[in-house]
Amino acid sequence: MNTLYFLIQQTMLFSVPLLIVALGGMFSERSGVWNVALEGTMIIGGFSGILFISLMQDKMHGQLLLLFGVLIAALAGVVFMLLHAFASINLQADQTVSGTALNMFAPAFAIFTARMIRGVKQIPFDNTFRMEKVPLLGDIPVIGNMFFQNAYLTTYIGLGILILSSIVLFRTRYGLRLRSCGEHPKAADSVGINVYAMRYSGVLISGALGGIGGIVFVVPTSTEFNATVSGYGFLAIAVMIFGQWIPKKILFASLFFGVMKTLSSAYGAIPFLAAWQIPTYFYKIVPYIVTLIVLAFTSKSSKEPRASGQPYKKGGK
Amino acid sequence: MKIRGFFEKESTLSVLGSVCAVISGLLISFIILLFSDSSNALAGFGSILLGGFNGGLKGIGNVIFQAIPIIMTGLAVALAFRTGVFNIGTAGQFIMGAFTAVFIGVKWTFLPAGIHWIAALLGGFIAGAVWAFVPAVLHAHFQVNAVVSAIMMNYVGMYTANYLITNTVYNAAKNQSKAVAATAVAPKAGMNVLFPGSSLNAGIIVVILVVIILQVLISKTVFGYEIKACGMNRQASLYAGISAKKRLVQSFMFSGGLAGLGGALAYLAGDGKCISVVDVLAGDGFTGIAVALLGLNSPVGALLAGLLISYLEVGGFYTQVYKYPVEIIDITIAVIVYFGAFAVLVKGMIRKLLQRKGGKE
Repeated sequence: MNTLYFLIQQTMLFSVPLLIVALGGMFSERSGVWNVALEGTMIIGGFSGILFISLMQDKMHGQLLLLFGVLIAALAGVVFMLLHAFASINLQADQTVSGTALNMFAPAFAIFTARMIRGVKQIPFDNTFRMEKVPLLGDIPVIGNMFFQNAYLTTYIGLGILILSSIVLFRTRYGLRLRSCGEHPKAADSVGINVYAMRYSGVLISGALGGIGGIVFVVPTSTEFNATVSGYGFLAIAVMIFGQWIPKKILFASLFFGVMKTLSSAYGAIPFLAAWQIPTYFYKIVPYIVTLIVLAFTSKSSKEPRASGQPYKKGGK
Repeated sequence: MKIRGFFEKESTLSVLGSVCAVISGLLISFIILLFSDSSNALAGFGSILLGGFNGGLKGIGNVIFQAIPIIMTGLAVALAFRTGVFNIGTAGQFIMGAFTAVFIGVKWTFLPAGIHWIAALLGGFIAGAVWAFVPAVLHAHFQVNAVVSAIMMNYVGMYTANYLITNTVYNAAKNQSKAVAATAVAPKAGMNVLFPGSSLNAGIIVVILVVIILQVLISKTVFGYEIKACGMNRQASLYAGISAKKRLVQSFMFSGGLAGLGGALAYLAGDGKCISVVDVLAGDGFTGIAVALLGLNSPVGALLAGLLISYLEVGGFYTQVYKYPVEIIDITIAVIVYFGAFAVLVKGMIRKLLQRKGGKE
């Protein structure tokens, strides 16, 4: 039973950053801007947040410091995504190219700045954020063991973002307008919706969530930031597509990927898997292969926002 | 005559766009240097600009040498772009090509000296093409977004290559691939006489041959015409009787082959470089995107752009003298690509202005 609890706790640590970042990508795409720069956004967010934590950990500690770190990461992500929004909305640039440029920029910038400040590219921090047991909730049998012990505040932030995203996207006027810009910007424009503003908001939300995802990924899994998020930003794109741009489905997709990641890192602890002796690479590759297979079967009837990736020009043909 | 003049302007404009992107990239890198340590900024920037020449003929030889893999991945991206697909999967194709070439280089020692190297290169080409086959078919026949599937294949490629290396040609002491047999190493072909002390080898001859072949293929053959037609307007090319799906798969595979060949050339160079078994995507794949964009998706352009980026990278090495991290070059390249993304738009605006003026006259 302890193994099971451990695996579930691990899965949450892998799934939550994917969930947050994929939701970010969803907002951008729903507004009509294809965001391949999630990886770079995560790196910038992780970098800024961890740098803040590392500089401030003498003065603050615990959950408050983590919360501030998350806010800084979100802010950094927003600033970073302004570049993508400007290129793809105002200048109608090729969104994949702009995103690729930002993906190249982020790690180089993080390493450059870290080296200028500290001489080495790593930024260490003290992990004072793990909660042995959440008060009250941690005492619930089974569920408490699974979700409220050895947990991080970030997990609950992630779930909060999920619920909020779902409501905003499908239950508010803003969400409706955002979706219309991703499906048919011209029609949206014709009824007086400011397509540029809506798209900016979509891209900047993805920046905030991407940045948060970056720090949420780093904090539980390491004690230093190494200018990389190990391809999680790209994986989040897969999660988003797997989840068909719908928050609820994105949750399941991120859980699936989280389980696979957990298996690849911890299959030795699971007796029957350890006995099979499947190489660890197998578990690492499976999420990508499954995504490819799912894409092959679903792409023809894909729910991808129709205008995603297409620049919109006010008054254009 | 008038039409010809117009086209001349068009190409001049394109080159101008690239030049603008490069200048902006350099300017921003200078500003970053100023911000991080103003006292050495001028000297540091100078070493970026003059870096490639620092070592004399040896330095120039090394600039060309380091350009070889990124020119190949650049050509790969450029060819796919011409067909209207963005091949972001060059990192995976590159590493699969590299593994296959190293595998042949280590294991197939029964091959005679002259043939061994060429066989390994061919192996790399084929592996790259096979790796591109998956996103190509998924895109052509199942309408899967090629960018997404190629990204997935990058990771599958990275893990597969690591798995295969650790099980076949593994040097456990250094956590990397074994050194290839001497017969599989690229011949010097007189390059050590031309550029004494540098690592340059016959690889550059292969690159130049590929550039010529691609230039002819794209501009002088039916195949080239058809892929360009698919790239410009898929519907129109279908209407004209071109089997767009077939052409798309062919050119994407060819593109992947070029990236694989780049990987083969990179690890058969005889400079002691082996494939490290780490979970990091091959950076040369992504640099190829910068090369292709800067080279305006033309083979000769990619050749020149690859040399330019390699020149900057060698220059970046020397900025370390002034205590600047070498990553300043990666930042510069990223900024160049970013500006390159809307160079097309700037070009279009200038052209419209010119047309409007021409109309009035």
